[in-house]
Amino acid sequence: MELNNFILLSAILFSIGAVGVLVRRNAIVVFMSVEMMLNAANLAFVTFAKANGSIDGQVIAFFVMVVAAAEVVVGLSIIVSIFRTRRTASIDEASLLKF
Amino acid sequence: MSSALIADITAPSVNYYMLAPILIVLGGAVLSVLVEAFYPRESRRSAQIALVLTTLVVAFLAVLNIKVDAILGFTIVNSLAIDGVSVFLQGLIILSALVGALLISENRIDPLGDAFAAQSSALPGSEDELAFTERGWYQTEIWSLFLFSVGGMLIFPIANDLLTLFVALEVMSLPLYLLVGMARRRRLLSQEAALKYFVLGAFSSAFMLYGSALVYGFANSVELGDIAKALSASAANSNLMLVGGIFILIGLLFKVGAAPFHQWTPDVYQGAPTAITAFMSAGTKVAAFGALLRVFYVALSGLAWDLSAVLWAIAIITMLVGTIIGVAQSDIKRMLAYSSIAHAGFLLLGVIAQSKAALDGSLFYLAGYAFTSLGAFAVVSLVRDASGEANHLGQWAGLGKRSPVIASVFTLFLLALAGIPLTSGFVGKFAVFAAAYEKGLAPLVVVAVIASAIAGFFYVRVIVLMFFTDASGDEVSVVVPSFATAAAITITAVVTIVLGVIPQPVFDLLSNALFLK
Repeated sequence: MELNNFILLSAILFSIGAVGVLVRRNAIVVFMSVEMMLNAANLAFVTFAKANGSIDGQVIAFFVMVVAAAEVVVGLSIIVSIFRTRRTASIDEASLLKF
Repeated sequence: MSSALIADITAPSVNYYMLAPILIVLGGAVLSVLVEAFYPRESRRSAQIALVLTTLVVAFLAVLNIKVDAILGFTIVNSLAIDGVSVFLQGLIILSALVGALLISENRIDPLGDAFAAQSSALPGSEDELAFTERGWYQTEIWSLFLFSVGGMLIFPIANDLLTLFVALEVMSLPLYLLVGMARRRRLLSQEAALKYFVLGAFSSAFMLYGSALVYGFANSVELGDIAKALSASAANSNLMLVGGIFILIGLLFKVGAAPFHQWTPDVYQGAPTAITAFMSAGTKVAAFGALLRVFYVALSGLAWDLSAVLWAIAIITMLVGTIIGVAQSDIKRMLAYSSIAHAGFLLLGVIAQSKAALDGSLFYLAGYAFTSLGAFAVVSLVRDASGEANHLGQWAGLGKRSPVIASVFTLFLLALAGIPLTSGFVGKFAVFAAAYEKGLAPLVVVAVIASAIAGFFYVRVIVLMFFTDASGDEVSVVVPSFATAAAITITAVVTIVLGVIPQPVFDLLSNALFLK
């Protein structure tokens, strides 16, 4: 099993997520992109754990999942409250705060 | 294989004595959740305030109880480092939180109640919202969130591995995202600030996590000490480590509000309830700079040469963005936000300089800045018109004639932010700049001094506006606050002056503040 491929895949997933955060308008999609970045990090952790022969990376992946779940709760509650006020989940519509 | 793995597992030794402040604060947070669930609504608010203040005072006593010389060390499988710097930062964070709690508990200055929505789940402008407000309800969940956030802040600067760093970052930030969005007035602004803070915060923490994964791949460990060893052991620096290190720095620089990762700062500072702005401008800054200093001094010092160009650029951009864009602001909270960005730039000099003197200077700077910033935002919350806070600078014209005391106190805070002698701001700046100059960072120091001069312009502009300009006719009044806010402003003003006039005791305190490696 070529481990480099997994690292490459995680880098690709991370990049897709990062670009998604920057270019997508819908807050939910932006949020999904962030989750993708976190999962890309998880894949990298697990792959490196396999490559280095230690289990630390696998344990870290569990911690990250828990943190990501907590982040979902907070993030969705913010997005939902904004959606109920404005009837839209578009990031660009929320633009009262400007220089 | 499985039996070998099981044999390896030994119960971690936990030094409860060193962990006491964190455990007390997090325990208080859990109790606060229980109070939320079981206390009758009428007495819940006062119970929560009493619980939070007691928790913080006890936690501070626990910090004082840690004798730095006697029990320096790591605990819980090397995941937390208790050393001189940790103890100082924890004490500072708890004191900032105490002042912050006093500000958050204020419910006299707004005729409708405290600074938070009666029920933040009710739609802004809806009949429900009106009904909840008329009933005089309070959203008391803020106190649980507040304590959890303080708990995260206590762990963040003492985390000795990248996983603990990440978890602490989230424990600190997630409650803050919510607190930012719960303002009673201007709720759309507040919710929008929460959304921006959340999206950008999650984005940057994902960068930090991916950087941790890359560093783990390089060093086969996430412990800061092991990373430093792996760095010095490898002949050539690997790209894996370099990219990982930069990604981790992005996450941390975002939290301290350094340009080009500063975009959230003005929006969040403006949109959040002012008491929360005050608390996070002090607490987050201290915790994040503590973590940045630790990661950079302990783990990444082997990369210092590779990263120096990047860090120089970031420090210069941060100082210039903070001051130059700050000049153009017309909202007092946004202006203070840009001021905090500029201060992050000055503090980065202490990070880059990497010496004991620079470390002492940075920690002193943080102590001075935390109290000054808390005090400045506390004053901002008092100047109001009929619709809420009067944040537009034009509305502050002539304030010195109507309420000379408040205007004078605000002048003191502005002078401290500008770094005028006899205030804490001057001593901190001088210590950091001098340490940076000694380490041969003269060009950076020159930029910092120029930036300070430009920043001085916009602080003085507000002073001139308050004392030497006639009122524009807007009905702005300075509200007489309750005891809590008055105490907070008095404490912060006294600390700002005392640290400026007799700074030596704090530097003596810092003499054994070193990072455990």
